[in-house]
Amino acid sequence: MAEVRNNLKFAATHEWIEFKDGVATVGITDYAQEALGDVVFVEPPELGQQFAVGDEIAVIESVKAASDIYSPVTGTVIAVNEALESDPELVNSAPYDEGWIFKLEMSDPATPENLLSVEQYAELCEAEEH
Amino acid sequence: MPFIPHTQDDEKTMLDAIGVASIDELFDEIPASIVADPIDQIPPGESEMSMLRLMQERAARDHMGLCFIGAGAYEHHIPAAVWDIVGRGEFLTAYTPYQAEASQGTLQLIYEFQTMISRLTGMEVANASVYDGATALAEAMLMAVRANKKIKTKRIVCAGNINPRYVATCQTIVRNQGIEIQQLQCDAESGLLNPDMLETIDETVAVVLSYPSFFGGLDEVDRLTDLVHARGALMIAVVNPTALAILKPPGEWGENGADIVVGEGQPLGIPLASGGPYLGFMCCRQAIVRQMPGRIIGRTVDLQGKTGFTLTLQAREQHIRRAKATSNICTNQGLLVAAATIYMSIMGNEGLRQVALASHAGMAELLQRAEQLAGVQQHFTGAYFHECVLELPVPAAALISAMGEQGVLPGLDLGEYFAGMEHCLLVNVTEKKTAADLDRFMDGLKSSLQTVSQSC
Amino acid sequence: MLIYDRSRSGRTAQAQLVGHRAPSQYPVLEGHLRASSPGLPEVSELEAVRHYTNLSSLNFAIDRQFYPLGSCTMKYNPRGAHQAASLPDFLDRHPLAPEKYSQGFLQCLYELQHYLMDVTGMQAVSLTPMAGAQGEFAGVAMIRAYHEKRQDFARTEILVPEAAHGTNPATAVMCGYTVREIPVTSAGDVSLAELVKVVGPNTAGLMMTNPSTCGVFERQIQEIAATVHEAGGLLYYDGANLNAILGKVKPGDMGFDVLHMNLHKTFATPHGGGGPGSGPVGVGERLKPFLPTPIVGKRNSPEGDYFYWQDAEEIPDSIGRLSAFMGNAGILLRAYIYARLLGAEGMNRVAQYATLNANYMAVELTRLGFKLAYPDRRATHEFIVSLALEAKNLGVSAMDFAKRLLDYGHHAPTTYFPLLIPECLLIEPTETESKSEIDDFIAAMAMILKEAHEQPELVTSAPHTMTVQRLDDVKAARDLDLAYSRDL
Repeated sequence: MAEVRNNLKFAATHEWIEFKDGVATVGITDYAQEALGDVVFVEPPELGQQFAVGDEIAVIESVKAASDIYSPVTGTVIAVNEALESDPELVNSAPYDEGWIFKLEMSDPATPENLLSVEQYAELCEAEEH
Repeated sequence: MPFIPHTQDDEKTMLDAIGVASIDELFDEIPASIVADPIDQIPPGESEMSMLRLMQERAARDHMGLCFIGAGAYEHHIPAAVWDIVGRGEFLTAYTPYQAEASQGTLQLIYEFQTMISRLTGMEVANASVYDGATALAEAMLMAVRANKKIKTKRIVCAGNINPRYVATCQTIVRNQGIEIQQLQCDAESGLLNPDMLETIDETVAVVLSYPSFFGGLDEVDRLTDLVHARGALMIAVVNPTALAILKPPGEWGENGADIVVGEGQPLGIPLASGGPYLGFMCCRQAIVRQMPGRIIGRTVDLQGKTGFTLTLQAREQHIRRAKATSNICTNQGLLVAAATIYMSIMGNEGLRQVALASHAGMAELLQRAEQLAGVQQHFTGAYFHECVLELPVPAAALISAMGEQGVLPGLDLGEYFAGMEHCLLVNVTEKKTAADLDRFMDGLKSSLQTVSQSC
Repeated sequence: MLIYDRSRSGRTAQAQLVGHRAPSQYPVLEGHLRASSPGLPEVSELEAVRHYTNLSSLNFAIDRQFYPLGSCTMKYNPRGAHQAASLPDFLDRHPLAPEKYSQGFLQCLYELQHYLMDVTGMQAVSLTPMAGAQGEFAGVAMIRAYHEKRQDFARTEILVPEAAHGTNPATAVMCGYTVREIPVTSAGDVSLAELVKVVGPNTAGLMMTNPSTCGVFERQIQEIAATVHEAGGLLYYDGANLNAILGKVKPGDMGFDVLHMNLHKTFATPHGGGGPGSGPVGVGERLKPFLPTPIVGKRNSPEGDYFYWQDAEEIPDSIGRLSAFMGNAGILLRAYIYARLLGAEGMNRVAQYATLNANYMAVELTRLGFKLAYPDRRATHEFIVSLALEAKNLGVSAMDFAKRLLDYGHHAPTTYFPLLIPECLLIEPTETESKSEIDDFIAAMAMILKEAHEQPELVTSAPHTMTVQRLDDVKAARDLDLAYSRDL
């Protein structure tokens, strides 16, 4: 059973987002990392780059797939997780903690409405399994 | 029927097992309206013996004595062992190494090829090859657009002395992705790219330089590379692998070296073979390896810690990434890579060095002798590797025709590619040409110049 | 052991040195000389010969094992073709030799163009694309050129079935299109209902193959063709599965406007461990003006037929050239020779026996308890077995079966393609395999199924008899080691 976290929001494309003081921290969920398999490389966005909601912002590569990560908010990249360069497997071992991927400074500080709650995301995963 | 081993008994047993009366029944899902008339334009089948006879007759019509054409395909001696080994069924009829445990021969060989080509070019990594030098350049352009994220304009600048067939191929391939290719005129006297020209270019993703150039000349690669980098562009080098045995490898050009290197691997143990199959090699800096298309072999270990080789970075390739792949390319030139690797191993540093020097020396000797004829001179001044442009007192086409009658193909008519160069002949000499061969060239040149002048 | 591990400074293949020709001084090259070593191995000729001969013995190959890779058509590569294509006057001929001295070669290519038109039912052929993927590129680029010539710039979308080979969408994107996938029905056909919903003025074309990648015949191909054509789009045929229909159906008759062929599949040219291939394209009248160059033409002359290259002058709307010369000449010669060896009658039999072999295998595997993905359909030249149940109940996957087959001396079938059938094996025996070979393979599958039930770990940790066991793919991708880096 894939782990979900209560304090987070989720996107239908399997990203998790933590909102704090106008900054969104983003990673991929436990469900996603399991489906992907062992992560071998993470291609992060560049610092200072701006993205709109839904833009392709990063790529996660495993042996069997290279998946795009979509920006859940509109904003500017203010930090990327540099530890992933040498240890991409952190995405597998700690997807919600040390495996975070990037942080965006949101152009609109209000939390977007179309994101999923914990329960809604858990339902989505269940549905996809079948 | 050739190659179909079924006896009548086999056929009957199999049909019974399936539960049909005839093979035709197996096609009953095909709508009757589209069932075709049989193939009838192919003549009745030949036996292997009669086929060989037919092909010998055809080949005999194409017999040619001596060939001095280069222009992207070069005639070097190929050690007998190379194709003896490459022709083994285990190399010839193997498939793509998707099941790594069943393909360690091919995989290790390609790893060794990647190593040799990257060392020869002075670069950090290489892929397992693409179709040919021209498409390798096209792929390099697409790669540069992907890798150079700082530059938004999809423009590639090429020196004007690059192989025109390569440029044409690139146009076909990159045009549909909105990439513009701009060519920079080269100096009329030297045939080289004046570094000052780079000051005038607009924002560009990459600059392409050929070393040697299509005309055989040698550009100021160090200075040009630094200027290209100063403009925020990537340096794409198109190189001849034989030349790199003695000339500066692109990985060492300027302060930081070239970013992407491509070229035609045919000179490394692959026969002229009427134009193919050849192999395009691609190398790059490690930092942008994930943008490089094509297959790549990596070294790893198995369950017991034993060294093994496998296809890696496949997530970028078409069969996984699909619409977002780095390229649609599915193939590498496996058989030709085997030939090139065995060739490089047998020749080694010293063997290849001597081939390069002997080729250069032969060209120098031929040039010196040809220039003694009235009206014949080197068209572009300056350094050259093993190819030169001879300026003639008659149209090159007429000379080629006259010398052809004597069983010598003296070179390429540059008038077919460049307006104003109708009197220019691109000539190549390799280590295969003996002193007697050069004599034959000169005799033919002398007499043909006379014949052609008289009839003009 | 790498060749570099055998390398010793100063060793060389003496017989290959041209030394006496190398000058001691070369003033012309001053300023251009390399200071570093070229970095090639330094071994004796025997060491090199032994090393690579030994490496070859580590490979599976058609010449050694049954190789039922679906969609790859691993049929026998006739040695006679290799020998004839290697005649010195073909092998030593420079690609830019004048036409006058190339009539033998050009005649072979001209006739091959003609044969391929007959086989596919198309109006014109270009032999230049160097692989299937390049053929696809040419085909889609021609579709684009066609619409642009008509000034119809709204057509920005290419449709592909969801089961399509990855090259199809990758090619469409390379040609500047966006891709939309069409679902496949549970019977394995492209969903006509779904297709009708999405075709329209944005549709440049539909790329598909018949039989499909699911190994079954697209029964509604005529309706599909009509639907796409009515919407103003063109129909592209991926020739990967041509072996299934040679002599029975022609893509031209099915309504396709453009196609590519894979000579390294259907025409038995050698796979060479990954290449070279050859992907000629064929077109109907509408796309003839856009064919990639050069093409071989024929005209009359006092001496008889004269063959020559047609390029930009004669085909002004061509999409252009795709290679430095004219494609994989040596492969084209081998394909020509193959056609001459088979003759029309032989060609007309290929699909028959390929289909017989595939259906026989499907029936025998079903008898053993394996599940076909499309049990109610005829197998074409290939068919799919799904091991989803075995994976679920026994913990033994398609990958495991594939690896264990190697221990039984057979190369595995294609695995995990098409993507929409879980745990699948796509099996294509080809027509050149005898019943005995096939029976051996069936017996091996029976043994492995038994092992899967009784000793699953034997299968899940296979192979056991190769020089290596399963390799760490993750390590290969994480700790990139792509070139040997010991100091020179």
